Amino acid sequence: MYETTYHRPASVEEAAALLAANPDAKLLAGGQTLVPTMKQRLAAPSDLVDLRHIAALRGISSEGGRIIIGAATPHAEVAGDATLRAACPGLADLAAHIGDPHVRYMGTLGGSIANNDPAADYPSAMLALGATIHTSKRDIGADDFFTGMFETALDEDEIIIAVSFAPPERAAYAKFPNPASLYAMTGVFVTKGSAGVRVAVTGAGSDGVFRQAEMEAALSADFSPAALDGITVSPEGLLEDLHASAAYRASLIKTMARRAVAAA
Amino acid sequence: MAKLEMTVNGRKVSRVVDDRTLLAHFLREDMQLTGTHVGCDTSQCGACVVHVDGKAVKSCTMLAAQASGAQVTTIEGLSSGADLHPVQRAFNEHHGLQCGFCTTGMIMASVDIIARHGGDLDEATVRAELEGNICRCTGYHNIVKAVLAANAEMHGASQAAE
Amino acid sequence: MGIQGIGASVARKEDRRFITGAGRYTDDMVVPGMMHAVFVRSPHAHATLGKIDSAEAEDMPGVIAVLTGEQLKADEIGNLICGWAISSKDGAPMNMGEWSPLAVGKVRYVGDAVAVVVAETRAQARDAAEAVMVDYDELPVVVDALEALKEGAPQVHDNAPGNLIFDWEIGEKAATEQALAGAAHVTKMQIRNNRLVPNAMEPRAALAKYDRAEDHFTLWTTSQNPHVARLVLSAFYNVAPENKLRVIAPDVGGGFGSKIYIYPEEIVCLWASKRTGVPVKWVAERTESFLTDAHGRDHLTEVEMGFDANNRIVGLKVDTIANLGAYMSLFSSAVPTYLYATLLSGQYVIPAIHANVRTVYTNTAPVDAYRGAGRPEATYLLERMMETAARELGVSPAELRRMNFIREYPYQTPVIMCYDAGDYEASLDAAMKAADWDGFPARRAEAEARGKLRGIGMSCYIEACGIAPSAAVGALGAGVGLWESAEVRVNAVGTVEVMTGSHSHGQGHETTFAQLVSDRLGLPLDQVNIVHGDTDKVQMGMGTYGSRSGAVGMSAIAKALDKVETKAKKIAAHLLEADEGDIVIEDGHCKVAGTDKQVPWFQVALAAYTAHNLPDGMEPGLKEGAFYDPSNFTFPAGCYICEVEVDPETGKTDVVQFVASDDFGNIINPLIVEGQVHGGLAQGIGQALLEDTAYDASGQLLTASYMDYAMPRAADLPSFNVGTTVTPCPSNPLGIKGCGEAGAIGSPPALINAVTDAIGVRDLTMPASPRRVWEALQAKA
Repeated sequence: MYETTYHRPASVEEAAALLAANPDAKLLAGGQTLVPTMKQRLAAPSDLVDLRHIAALRGISSEGGRIIIGAATPHAEVAGDATLRAACPGLADLAAHIGDPHVRYMGTLGGSIANNDPAADYPSAMLALGATIHTSKRDIGADDFFTGMFETALDEDEIIIAVSFAPPERAAYAKFPNPASLYAMTGVFVTKGSAGVRVAVTGAGSDGVFRQAEMEAALSADFSPAALDGITVSPEGLLEDLHASAAYRASLIKTMARRAVAAA
Repeated sequence: MAKLEMTVNGRKVSRVVDDRTLLAHFLREDMQLTGTHVGCDTSQCGACVVHVDGKAVKSCTMLAAQASGAQVTTIEGLSSGADLHPVQRAFNEHHGLQCGFCTTGMIMASVDIIARHGGDLDEATVRAELEGNICRCTGYHNIVKAVLAANAEMHGASQAAE
Repeated sequence: MGIQGIGASVARKEDRRFITGAGRYTDDMVVPGMMHAVFVRSPHAHATLGKIDSAEAEDMPGVIAVLTGEQLKADEIGNLICGWAISSKDGAPMNMGEWSPLAVGKVRYVGDAVAVVVAETRAQARDAAEAVMVDYDELPVVVDALEALKEGAPQVHDNAPGNLIFDWEIGEKAATEQALAGAAHVTKMQIRNNRLVPNAMEPRAALAKYDRAEDHFTLWTTSQNPHVARLVLSAFYNVAPENKLRVIAPDVGGGFGSKIYIYPEEIVCLWASKRTGVPVKWVAERTESFLTDAHGRDHLTEVEMGFDANNRIVGLKVDTIANLGAYMSLFSSAVPTYLYATLLSGQYVIPAIHANVRTVYTNTAPVDAYRGAGRPEATYLLERMMETAARELGVSPAELRRMNFIREYPYQTPVIMCYDAGDYEASLDAAMKAADWDGFPARRAEAEARGKLRGIGMSCYIEACGIAPSAAVGALGAGVGLWESAEVRVNAVGTVEVMTGSHSHGQGHETTFAQLVSDRLGLPLDQVNIVHGDTDKVQMGMGTYGSRSGAVGMSAIAKALDKVETKAKKIAAHLLEADEGDIVIEDGHCKVAGTDKQVPWFQVALAAYTAHNLPDGMEPGLKEGAFYDPSNFTFPAGCYICEVEVDPETGKTDVVQFVASDDFGNIINPLIVEGQVHGGLAQGIGQALLEDTAYDASGQLLTASYMDYAMPRAADLPSFNVGTTVTPCPSNPLGIKGCGEAGAIGSPPALINAVTDAIGVRDLTMPASPRRVWEALQAKA
């Protein structure tokens, strides 16, 4: 890795000030993507601003009918949190299957969605849950937050504080992992709640996470796996790589969607 | 440069290192704790797993500076003298290692798995939980057996391995 | 014998250091003043090498040297060589291209070393390596062996026209063609054996230290055969004469073949340590391992097998193209020839066999032996053919095999090998029983009810281990002998040290070899130490590969023990005033058979060293050495049965049962043997289900990390059901055949036969990845 300078702020304000003062700085959450990327010399931040020690960024609570998850809450805590498991087991299950146990101790929700890796799991959940992303500057709806592969609506000096969502009636995630990396080769998060049915697909889109409107319509009429039978997913705009063609991913989207609905 | 204060295997240490130093390299090169191994550069093989504040993490995916203030336990600190940790003993008894390179990370991961599941372990769970540790020698058969045997010993579970 | 002797499942002695983190691998070695090497590697698969500008790098912090191929040539360091000379069928010698440890003039694959930076820290060396400016003039690239043979293909080496290294054959062409022409049924297939990356978990590493005062080098290296490394470094690479070079292979974290070879990095570290005057350490990053470790397999074969009207095999015709990559690695030529085509008779009576093998240069990493080396390719070919033929002929795959089995020994195949012993039907029956073969239809129906496609497949493999005898392999072109050495040193207090030329990098020699000594001398295991891996401590030896350590390495120890026992008996007879012929050694004593007269073993040893009272004319001491040269190969064989369930919606295959029934001859330590089988199975299942090595058309390795190369993980595999049947090997004193590679050799066809059975297709290219299986199902629908 290239040379860098490590900082450990105690507050969001201090972190924001460090970001503002160092234009080539990067936020370091769990580091489970950033550190490997730096090791491969594919990222060269001048400064690293560690968010793991800011208490305000950590923890899960329920307020005003919404679940709030601190941005620096590690996956293992999300997976094991009783409040969340009662309100939205589908999200807890998703967190329980991100990466591997070691990654889950370190990796955080905020880090995952800020990076918006096309193969990350959390973005699909945020999108399907219609979550709100609370930052150091504003609140952003998930539909506006994810703007493309590795792209979000975040400003350079903006820090995610938490996400919140109204627990859906039903929600579940089904993923098919890449046989090598075990990242989502296709993952589908489905929800049914006050805002209707939402279906979000990760791992498959060449623009990152996206909603599947046709499935949402079909499931709104009948929230059952069979409701998806007549739908043909187009391979257009889907990722192509060694492990999956666009056509195969299109098929996986449908299969994972059916399985998610069945599990929800 | 980053100033580190941490407890490694129960001993307080204070060092100044390059900010970019990975915890794995700090342990291996500054602390001469070479039982922690580095087997890949994409954070997947798990040969580098150590416990930071009681949790099994990949020391190749954490800066030493990130671990400042933490309690770090490496394979060298898992047991002392002639005593062995039940997981270490089980790996020996069940031939859960061959070349030994992944073994240290595998044992540190296994200790964490057993602690997390509180005795409630079966073969499928162990296999799923070993997702972050790659072994090229054993085909995992005897590793799984060893973890289940150690779990049975540590939790007095009635069901023996295999 | 006692609980720790031959046949006992003793837990390994060496484990303690590994489970406590006290193993000592090459990267754990630190010597004063040590500096770090990082290689500048070609990002292009094929290019003319222009100017190398290292001025900026040399000025960077901590950098003490940037060295290139021109300097290496000026110091007369030699090119890397292939140590097994194979001639084409027209008698022409193989076309071995130049391989300089640091490229000169041209680079031929992505990862080819161009320069080395030596600096105070690894990070500084890496920083500086990026600052070395290299001019490349890119050339057209060829990565596929079939493409490389086509007219107009890019030329990898000037002295290998058409990229052909050799065009070799074995067997009787006319007789085979005649047999096929008269066959009642001919099964034809095109079979690809996928390229694999060995992926020992410890990346390769080297630490070289030059002592100016003594003009002497020490090299710590991740080697399976330190003596061979020293020999080659001395005799061919001109680094130093053998007496000025000590090679130490300490704990080595797996090899699987990939650490047999001497690579450019060891040569360069040795040379750089002399040039710079400091010890130089290099440790591969995993991506470097993917790019530059010798890969395995990569065959494309057209095959035809003929049967008569009674379903007996009448002939086998094989035409193979083997991709050897950009350079000929140390034993690369032997793998697709004498380690492959000589096994093409399998377990079957095949009256006529002909195999033609063309080896080819491409702009890819060099290919050499990887666990199994040639035998997995032969087995995959035959066992896919047998299964497919059985389906075409409408007979049970088990019965087709059974009726074609060789049943009388010795059996001379048409392809050199003479099998000495075996009972293939015993393995087949044991495996079918263990797998509940007859219950499969019910299991399939039950799976179908759950929406899963269940399939079953088998494979009956034979392989050849303990490559031998030296004179025979020498006549076939081998540059080295394939014997093994041992020295048994009885200390004055009766404890024993065994210096073995074998090398353990996971195989458990420190336990198994000690069990042999314990068995023979009646000593507890903790009184026996096995010493290996250091050319200063151990006499010349050949190392560990090809499942040879038991059959060859332990036979050498057995021979040395014979001599020790003979001398000990003479001393005991003298002390006990008995006849030498009446002395037996057991329970730590030399006893006069049939009497209560005995003398403890340690007193015999002490007598040998005090030399106060020895038989007339006897030299003091109790230490004997032996070199064992096998009289024949050994032939482990067995039957594997695999059962899978395929998810038709995703194409994902789960291995739900795997049964192995192996005949390894006599077994010293069943616990360790089972472990070897488990590991081999995982690698074979990995090849068949997960692992693939892909280059794009420009020669970039697409699978250069665990992000893209699918390694078998715990959840990808089942627990294995392994068992053994025994026909002792008549060709060595211990009756051992070898067990290290069988799992990787026998398992891939069993798995693919099961998957094709499950999804109802004839052809399926390895690995049976979810994508491939899903696509096969789509194509069928």
